[in-house]
Amino acid sequence: MSKITGSEAVIKCLLEEQVDIIYGYPGGAIMPVYDELYKYQDKIHHVLTRHEQGATHSAQGFARISGRVGVAIATSGPGATNLVTGLADAQIDSTPMVCITGQVSSHLLGSDAFQETDIIGISTPITKWNYQITKASEIAEIFAKAFYIAKSGRPGPVLIDITKDAQFEKINFSYKKIEGIRSYKPVPKINHNNIKLAAELINNAKKPLIVWGQGVILGNAEKELIKFVEKSGIPAAWTILGASAIPTSHPLNVGMLGMHGNYAPNILTNECDVLIAIGMRFDDRVTGDVNRYAKQAKIIHFEIDPAEVNKNIQVDVAVLGDAKQTINEILKKIDNKSHKKWHEEFKKLYEVEYKKVIHDDLNPKKEGLTMGEVIKEINIQTKGDAAIVSDVGQHQMIACRYSNFNKTKSNITSGGLGTMGFALPAAIGAKMACPEREVVAVIGDGGYQMTIQELGTVFQTKAAVKIVVLNNDFLGMVRQWQQLFFDKRYASTEMVNPDFVKIAEGYYLKAKRVTKREDLANAVEEMIKSDEPYFLEVLVEKEDNVFPMIPTGSSVSEIRLS
Amino acid sequence: MKKKLIKYTVSVYTENSVGLLNRISAIFQRRHINIESFNSSMTEIENVQRWTILVITSESFINKIVGQINKQIEVIQAYYHTDEETIYQESCLFKIKSSLLFDDRKIQNIIKESNAIIVTVNPEFFVIEKSGRTHELDKLYEKLNKYGILQYVRSARIAVTKAPLMISQILTNFKKK
Repeated sequence: MSKITGSEAVIKCLLEEQVDIIYGYPGGAIMPVYDELYKYQDKIHHVLTRHEQGATHSAQGFARISGRVGVAIATSGPGATNLVTGLADAQIDSTPMVCITGQVSSHLLGSDAFQETDIIGISTPITKWNYQITKASEIAEIFAKAFYIAKSGRPGPVLIDITKDAQFEKINFSYKKIEGIRSYKPVPKINHNNIKLAAELINNAKKPLIVWGQGVILGNAEKELIKFVEKSGIPAAWTILGASAIPTSHPLNVGMLGMHGNYAPNILTNECDVLIAIGMRFDDRVTGDVNRYAKQAKIIHFEIDPAEVNKNIQVDVAVLGDAKQTINEILKKIDNKSHKKWHEEFKKLYEVEYKKVIHDDLNPKKEGLTMGEVIKEINIQTKGDAAIVSDVGQHQMIACRYSNFNKTKSNITSGGLGTMGFALPAAIGAKMACPEREVVAVIGDGGYQMTIQELGTVFQTKAAVKIVVLNNDFLGMVRQWQQLFFDKRYASTEMVNPDFVKIAEGYYLKAKRVTKREDLANAVEEMIKSDEPYFLEVLVEKEDNVFPMIPTGSSVSEIRLS
Repeated sequence: MKKKLIKYTVSVYTENSVGLLNRISAIFQRRHINIESFNSSMTEIENVQRWTILVITSESFINKIVGQINKQIEVIQAYYHTDEETIYQESCLFKIKSSLLFDDRKIQNIIKESNAIIVTVNPEFFVIEKSGRTHELDKLYEKLNKYGILQYVRSARIAVTKAPLMISQILTNFKKK
């Protein structure tokens, strides 16, 4: 067997893991790998993002829409530190991603060499696992481990740092996929007694409520969840990362939980008698004040990660395991029910929210455009089949609240970390993973400018993403808080913005600006019908607020409608 | 409501890998918890390390922290115990001026009563070693401190648990799969 370089071994590892697209940015310490990428460009498409952060978010978008592992690659030093935000985002949102960084040669480690940074030290708390390769002979095993760890159990990001000498070193290469690591338990064993206890609670419940999260999507358990919901007749609400696992139009889908979620599921969280949490982690944006969260209810927690059980909320029954398997088990033991009267309570509260908030968000009479009516128009034009990639802020909450989702893996957004700048690069990754799907990025004028350079990536790759910027010339969510809690002192939230259409046109993208309601429908239609990337700026009302809202420190039942 | 703070001994069985210590210490640091003492050693199982970490925190925190330690890839198993659930020892060294030993007879009695060991004596200084439980070491320190100590150093706690820990079984079960 002839020897190959460490760099070629890296490429062969990627091929063994069926990687065909990677996102990255070259530089000194990773050049040997890029040289191999050049040779293998018919097999692996390297997408040159305009910043390494963009590479991580693209890899995340790729992973979130496809369920595959996203791959990002960068050089040492600043290339590596620019991955940090994406790694932290992927860690908190459980996104399978492998990041590869070049590193200075091993004899220079620790000497403050040019572009040396301790990326292993830096990335440790924001990765599921990381490893520094200093010998080419380690490459095959470490890559196999990295992909296995990134996608198994509760997924997460892995970083592999490779010294430059290891990239040059010649070795005999053979690859073996990994099936287990003795110190790592990706999926806990199912405790059948707890399944029984959970089933008893569910069957005896008068007012049960299901709250599901991304665990359902990560565990490919959407069908099982729908069966569970339909058989048990239990109203089901979602966290924003869980959105789209059950179609929006499903009659038992009672809406979004949390700070800007729907009125009914938030209020009734504090009235249900059994709360069934599935693949969600009781984030503070979902629970509000934990000391006043579902205190009256017995709580059942379906969860793959034992460290999440009793972390924020004490539960009565923990059903550990993979959601697909545990839901299948519980399905065998639960009764057919409809909970008609209980559903009436959701309907009543929905009517209240509709009258006070939703109607005017979606059918405004005032002159200025609302973010809600833009989302409504996107729903009409895409028939609810699009993947919506949102950034962070007011527009994100509006996009999550009002988008219609027919298909799973359609709501791609930065949930746990709240990373402004996420959407544009994530949309690029999502579109490349699933070119057959319509991918619409919905972004605010603030977040857009944090990764606006990725328009260059859109132009170069021709990835047909549709970019909608909802422009209110404000950092809207912070402004909303300043209005409500800081006596309207708008400290550094007003934005003096450039001509976004001209910028898009500078990247040779089709671009349009909408300033009047009567032009909105046609513009959205033209955008969706376009086979090419398209930029649409909509000037929206400057000082609109997102409601409902649970102010920080309040209980879910104290949700405000105005 | 203020949470009751207790001394916990955390025992972590790990693979012997570079960087894991950073990963584990970050879990304490995130919750702003100081590590009182830390010991890493070999164990009864080849290639398995045992870390003994002493922290002062609440039951609710230690439970969550150990959960988060347990999910790290290279951690085989982590546990936490109270002092009553472990047999533990710490040890310390005192370096004291030799002249004191002859000037004041009491110091000889202190050494005898405390079951400390004289490690070395020379004309300038002598060194004594004492192993025991925290309070025993504290007591000896207090007594000797009155006379003046040139150097004092204390080791981390090491502890075994009264209840069995099934590490070998975890590893055997993995092999069977």
